[in-house]
Amino acid sequence: MARMKFLCDADRCIECNACVTACKNEHEVPWGINRRRVVTINDGKPGERSVSMACMHCTDAPCAAVCPVNCFYTTADAVVLHSKDLCIGCGYCFYACPFGAPQYPKVGNFGSRGKMDKCTYCAGGPEADGSVAEYEKYGANRLAEGKLPLCAEMCSTKSLLAGDGDIIASIYKERVVKRGYGSGAWGWKTAYKESIAS
Amino acid sequence: MLIKRSERQARHGTLAAAFANQTSGNLDRRTFLRRSGLAAGGLAAIGALPLTSVRKAEAAGSSPGPGATIRKNICTHCSVGCTVIAEVENGVWVGQEPAWDSPINRGSHCAKGAATREVVHGDRRLKYPMKLVNGQWNKISWDTAINEIGDKLMEIRAKSGSDSVYWLGSAKFTNEGSYLNRKLAAFWGTNNSDHQARICHSTTVAGVANTWGYGAMTNSYTDIRNSKTLFFLGGNPAEAHPVSLQHLLEGKELNRANFIVADPRLTRTAAHATEYMRLRPGTDIPVLWGMLWHIFKNGWEDKEFIAQRVYGMDDIRKEVEKWTPEEVERVSGVPGEQLKRVAEMFAKDKPSCLIWAMGQTQHTVGTANVRASCILLLATGNVGGPGKGANIFRGHTNVQGATDLGLDIVTLPLYYGLVEGAWRHWSRVWEVDYQWFVDRFDKTTAVDGKVTTTMNTPGIPSTRWYEAAIPTKDPKDNVSQKDNLKAMFVMGHGGNTVARMPEVVKGIEKLDLLVVADPHPTTWAVLSERKDGTYLLPVATSYETSGSRTASNRAIQWGEQIVKPIFESKDDNEIMYLLAKKLGFADLMFKNIKVENNVPVVEDVLREINRGGWSTGYCGQSPERLKLHMANQKSFDMRTQKATSGPDEIRGDYYGLPWPCWGTPEFRHPGTPLLYNTNLSIKEGGGTFRARFGVERVIDSKVMENGQEVTKQVRHNLLAEGSYSKDSELKDGYPEFTLGVLKKLGWDTDLTPAELAVIQKVNPTTPDAVSWSIDLSGGIQRVAITHGCIPYGNGKARANAFGLPDAIPTHREPIYTSRPELVAKYPTLPNARQFRMPNVGFDMQKAAVDQGLAKQFPLILSSGRLVEYEGGGEETRSNKWLAELQQDMFIEINPDDAGPRGVKDGAWVWVTGAEGGAKARMKALVTERVGKGVTWCPFHFAGWYQGVDQRGKYPKGADPVVLGESVNTLTTYGYDPVTGMQEPKATLCQIKAA
Repeated sequence: MARMKFLCDADRCIECNACVTACKNEHEVPWGINRRRVVTINDGKPGERSVSMACMHCTDAPCAAVCPVNCFYTTADAVVLHSKDLCIGCGYCFYACPFGAPQYPKVGNFGSRGKMDKCTYCAGGPEADGSVAEYEKYGANRLAEGKLPLCAEMCSTKSLLAGDGDIIASIYKERVVKRGYGSGAWGWKTAYKESIAS
Repeated sequence: MLIKRSERQARHGTLAAAFANQTSGNLDRRTFLRRSGLAAGGLAAIGALPLTSVRKAEAAGSSPGPGATIRKNICTHCSVGCTVIAEVENGVWVGQEPAWDSPINRGSHCAKGAATREVVHGDRRLKYPMKLVNGQWNKISWDTAINEIGDKLMEIRAKSGSDSVYWLGSAKFTNEGSYLNRKLAAFWGTNNSDHQARICHSTTVAGVANTWGYGAMTNSYTDIRNSKTLFFLGGNPAEAHPVSLQHLLEGKELNRANFIVADPRLTRTAAHATEYMRLRPGTDIPVLWGMLWHIFKNGWEDKEFIAQRVYGMDDIRKEVEKWTPEEVERVSGVPGEQLKRVAEMFAKDKPSCLIWAMGQTQHTVGTANVRASCILLLATGNVGGPGKGANIFRGHTNVQGATDLGLDIVTLPLYYGLVEGAWRHWSRVWEVDYQWFVDRFDKTTAVDGKVTTTMNTPGIPSTRWYEAAIPTKDPKDNVSQKDNLKAMFVMGHGGNTVARMPEVVKGIEKLDLLVVADPHPTTWAVLSERKDGTYLLPVATSYETSGSRTASNRAIQWGEQIVKPIFESKDDNEIMYLLAKKLGFADLMFKNIKVENNVPVVEDVLREINRGGWSTGYCGQSPERLKLHMANQKSFDMRTQKATSGPDEIRGDYYGLPWPCWGTPEFRHPGTPLLYNTNLSIKEGGGTFRARFGVERVIDSKVMENGQEVTKQVRHNLLAEGSYSKDSELKDGYPEFTLGVLKKLGWDTDLTPAELAVIQKVNPTTPDAVSWSIDLSGGIQRVAITHGCIPYGNGKARANAFGLPDAIPTHREPIYTSRPELVAKYPTLPNARQFRMPNVGFDMQKAAVDQGLAKQFPLILSSGRLVEYEGGGEETRSNKWLAELQQDMFIEINPDDAGPRGVKDGAWVWVTGAEGGAKARMKALVTERVGKGVTWCPFHFAGWYQGVDQRGKYPKGADPVVLGESVNTLTTYGYDPVTGMQEPKATLCQIKAA
């Protein structure tokens, strides 16, 4: 089976936030919950770069490792999903996640958290594909319809790529070759000290 | 461990069946590559896939499910023209899918486009007509609203004349709506008819049209992929036109293109630049002339192009000589070495294009700025071919179309102007007697008894309407019309978009009648202390109405009604019909337009536009052709915009039949993808510069003859020399076509008897004078094009635009300049009367210098756009998905300016403006994005005024989610002499911690 991945081509990302609102639109995500966001580093300075971030659907997901109720599972497509029926809103996964993906609605006083919510790779949850119950808890299930996550599909500059890891990698490789300079990939300059501009 | 059950039952059953064995994991590579935006060229290069199979696989992407209908419309938030695909179930817009087939956006959206479904959910929309009674909003019926408004309008007309009513229209109208709005003003009897283009690209339209014929983007967003040098001066498309960046960045990658951004801010666009130049706001001309200085000095100009196709470049040389690298650096701050490098790239790494938006236009020198830009393009031969040109990015779905259709104080639809000939042309198209219009306008009798009407006088610009509403102290400053403005009829136009809001408030309070017809109450409803005489009419958004829209690249797309107008909303066209009926001229106005249940049939409206739209080539785009394009989007090649497959009726057409699309629809002109491209024959979409300014210019010059100075007439040829479009039978410049010209050439015999009869009818006394633009048969256009000639003639572009206030673009300091010492050398133009009112910019600038305002207000204040919001922002700030992303009004300030003021990032500050003690409370964003001494605000906020939250003044439930101070509370005086454009891009302010 394929391994579904996200890749944000930082040379293309312009922080237009289409991915953020596409996600809101597709899943009717409420105010205050952001399954996806765009992070800008060096904001306003030379070398400014933006990257769209969400759950990265890790291979060995730290959230799953720390979950006390074992609510996470990985689908055959390597998408990391969770069950809101099992989740107790403890927030451990929030601390474990290196990307800040888990979100919690405020449900009561004293900052008490509701069930965790995060990017589902537009793949719903444990309920039957396309069921009302699934939609209400997790949003739309595009993957079951043969469609990719809407954030990537609507990306204004085709910066955010979603799909099988091998295909994404080949697309990105092709772009890098065409650009003719090292890579716009995050961290490349730190690792290889190549200038982006030349 | 949980395991996902594997039954593949989808939201939309049929799709699941189609993909029965195809989970997303197996999503085939072809579909995938296509969706990932690899260009067709890229695929071909790796030799992987034939394009046809890519198309097939992709078609499945947006198939409807059971019960869901797919409807296509155009995103309204900028001018790129992104197709929006809506899934509609039981009359409700339930989902949005990527529009893969669109050759413009290819599935993509920005934050606004991806959130646009919310606009039609309408949590915060105005739900029914309302009336302000003693300071309270009361619900009323549509009948009551139309009756009361109509009666009041007639009363004002009887007392103060027809010019005392201002019709402010919208760039969010469809083409048909725009046309009807202008027609409504014409039938009402006033030229006080305007829309957002006044504050966005009015100076572009005036400046560019005065240079080479038409004031629009010469190329297209997708064509920029062909550029080797992209020069951005006064634009931040990464925020204002995000989807265009798909083409710009891909072009940059494919061609390894120079991506040069000149801007006072290191914008999101500049973050992707190969070269960034920081300039002081308002110094575009010094930078452009500084580049030309290097180009002329090193002989990098395109001499052949200039000789054949440009008039007056030598006059430019003289002005440019003054702009040495030292002077440019002194005035603009751009270092000499960098400027030289950029000039060399622009002149040598061709094709080069220049991209601009409101950074150039919103200045007192806006018209001169855009002209200087055009001249840089002309000097380097960068007009009229792929990858070249003036790529003017406009701001709304249909601001191009609304401009074209004459929602403007200086012209009737399609740039015919206001002269008698223009009125007669449209009277013929409308089949209404010319004299009827004359009688509709106010008349004034001069001392000598001469009667004049305001029919041929440009109206009041929307930037200054409020001045016309307030009686002046000195009668000589009075507005030149029968009476002051008494009524504003505002459709789809924000109230916080005009500079000097404290003055605007006074103007609003003076009005007898204020009607706001909009999906939202807008700032108009809450800004003033009005207690009565205000009506709010709920209008459907563009998604709830069908019709055509013209994108920035002049391509026209047909959008379908996605859902019926929600709540009690009506669409613009219906409201205009109801109003015309009430005002008593509906039968005449809709003489040739069918009306069903009070809703005009939009196809009929477009056909009427076609019948009269010869001057701009709006004559070939019939509703049938446009609909066929929309239905066959995937047949168009993205890079060329040409239909390479699909039904015969569209084969060879350019997507959206970009104007000019000559002749009748039956003539099947393919549209003009690139203006002034001589490498294509006219029939295939080619063109030449328009011979709009006569065939020659005669100047009296003093010359020495036999040791004596004598005055001689020197004749300058304004027609092209030795340059002509492909397949042209005339191998040189030629004037515009008339029947007389056809006769001289012996081509009149090609006209059919029917065409001749129509020409005869247009002008029975002198048919020879009937030109290509008023010949209602289209015969003159057809015959000229058959002989390979363009109807408007083959002229030179004007580097010297004689007739304009600054025929040679001249640098002039902003009215409120941060560099008062430069005013002596670069003063603004003298005071003058323009557009029925005095423009006292010179006095204002002098006073600002004399009072030392630059010391009291030492920071430059500029304004611009955020990606999440649009325009005045009422619509987008009411959209919860967008509002969440930008919850506070802010001002960007450099750390060096913030530190001494004790201003901390994210803290509240008071910003004071240079006029009338204006103040505004907002948050500080301390950032190096702006240079030292420069501040910047987004212009989308409203609902707070001088520190006071006005949420309570909105009708209940119709207040936007996010409110904030408007930057225009702080902006100041300053108007372009040619168009009345305001100057919100360069003024002064002071900041202190709150």
